[in-house]
Amino acid sequence: MATSRTSAPVLIVGSGPAGLTAALYTARANLHPIVLEGAEAGGQLMLTTEVENYPGFPTGILGPELMGKMREQAERFGAEFIRADATKVELAGPPFRAWVEDVEYTGKALIISTGAKAKMLGLPGERQYLGRGVSTCATCDGFFYRNLELVVVGGGDSALEEATFLTRFATKVTVVHRRDRLRASKVMQDRAFANPKIGFEWNSTVADVLGEQTVTGVRLRNLEDGTEKVLPVAGVFVAIGHTPNTDLFGGQVELDQAGYIVTPNPPSTATSVDGVFAAGDVVDHTYRQAVTAAGTGCAAAIDAERWLEAHGHDSGATTDNWE
Amino acid sequence: MDPGRGDHPFEEVEVHRGRGPDRTDDMTKAAAVTDATFDSDVLQSSTPVLVDFWAEWCGPCKMISPVLEEIADEHKGKLTIAKLNVDENPDVAMRYGVMSIPTLALFIGGVEKKRLIGAMPKRNIVTELSEFIG
Repeated sequence: MATSRTSAPVLIVGSGPAGLTAALYTARANLHPIVLEGAEAGGQLMLTTEVENYPGFPTGILGPELMGKMREQAERFGAEFIRADATKVELAGPPFRAWVEDVEYTGKALIISTGAKAKMLGLPGERQYLGRGVSTCATCDGFFYRNLELVVVGGGDSALEEATFLTRFATKVTVVHRRDRLRASKVMQDRAFANPKIGFEWNSTVADVLGEQTVTGVRLRNLEDGTEKVLPVAGVFVAIGHTPNTDLFGGQVELDQAGYIVTPNPPSTATSVDGVFAAGDVVDHTYRQAVTAAGTGCAAAIDAERWLEAHGHDSGATTDNWE
Repeated sequence: MDPGRGDHPFEEVEVHRGRGPDRTDDMTKAAAVTDATFDSDVLQSSTPVLVDFWAEWCGPCKMISPVLEEIADEHKGKLTIAKLNVDENPDVAMRYGVMSIPTLALFIGGVEKKRLIGAMPKRNIVTELSEFIG
């Protein structure tokens, strides 16, 4: 969606539930947000199917559909979207500046909601066979594994959700987890344990991904006794957690050791840079839910609005003369 | 692979069809190709064809769909974009060993010259294709 405007009272980077909720609230506050929504617009929910825990949808809603509706709702109130990744930011402001290649966007206040991305195992075979048996998106690629055997690596909710989903296609799904118990929620565990197609390899990691043209198996290492064995499978789905998307911001705003943006005075979403706010999974390594991201996105919008008011921004002003 | 409609694993998904914003439905800049038309529309095309292997249930496919429209717009006459729904057209997807979507495959003179797997920014797609489409 093209826009002629490149400056706004509020600039938002990221378009998952946090960014889109911030866009909705700032748009309704007449702050004419511009959202750099990124090449992976919609964020991690675009990789899911049924979302069963977003309040207000008693029979569930598809992740991409939920994100489509959030975007539509923000757009209805005047949020503008740039469908490209920010390639550089400059947080010495206000105004705060972000670039998409050589196009510069500025915001008097900035909301960072760039989320997190799935971690990979970091094995040579994993990269080699990405898209040829190694997948990071069960909902996208499960279809191609009809009547085949798979492994899912991980022990959290997303791992079990993927394993459960993949049993629609696969004859057997083995969950490989490095501990002897799962981190996943009770309801997901119950569902997985009750599924006859799901098996477990406890206290184990994937030592390598094996293949020829495509994946033919994984080499598993038992962490207790160090023994290794090969499990013949056609596909490997990785769900071992997330890492925040903060490469753009390093050195310009305080990050914690794991790379998440620090908001030093919660519940405020203010970061170490005055006028820069952060919300959603880029901050949150505790809850990481769509609804908590939306909640903090709302908080960031209100924080930004109040900050702008305190700094003399008249929200009735047109977008051209706020400077 | 037998995607018999009766026991389709994504039946639940299909119930929702049309409720969400679907950028592929009103696609005007990319032609749909099928198992039946792939040979004539893609392999025998006189211009390079970028085939977008996609499916309704695939979120990242929806992410890149508008990007592909832009690319089609900017390369009129030099590049055709063709969308192949893998759900409805499993033969071509299987023939080319597609195991992950979105997959973009560039065909020139009936030969696959380049394959890009997964959603990626527009500039990456354009850079990857540049040596073939100028």
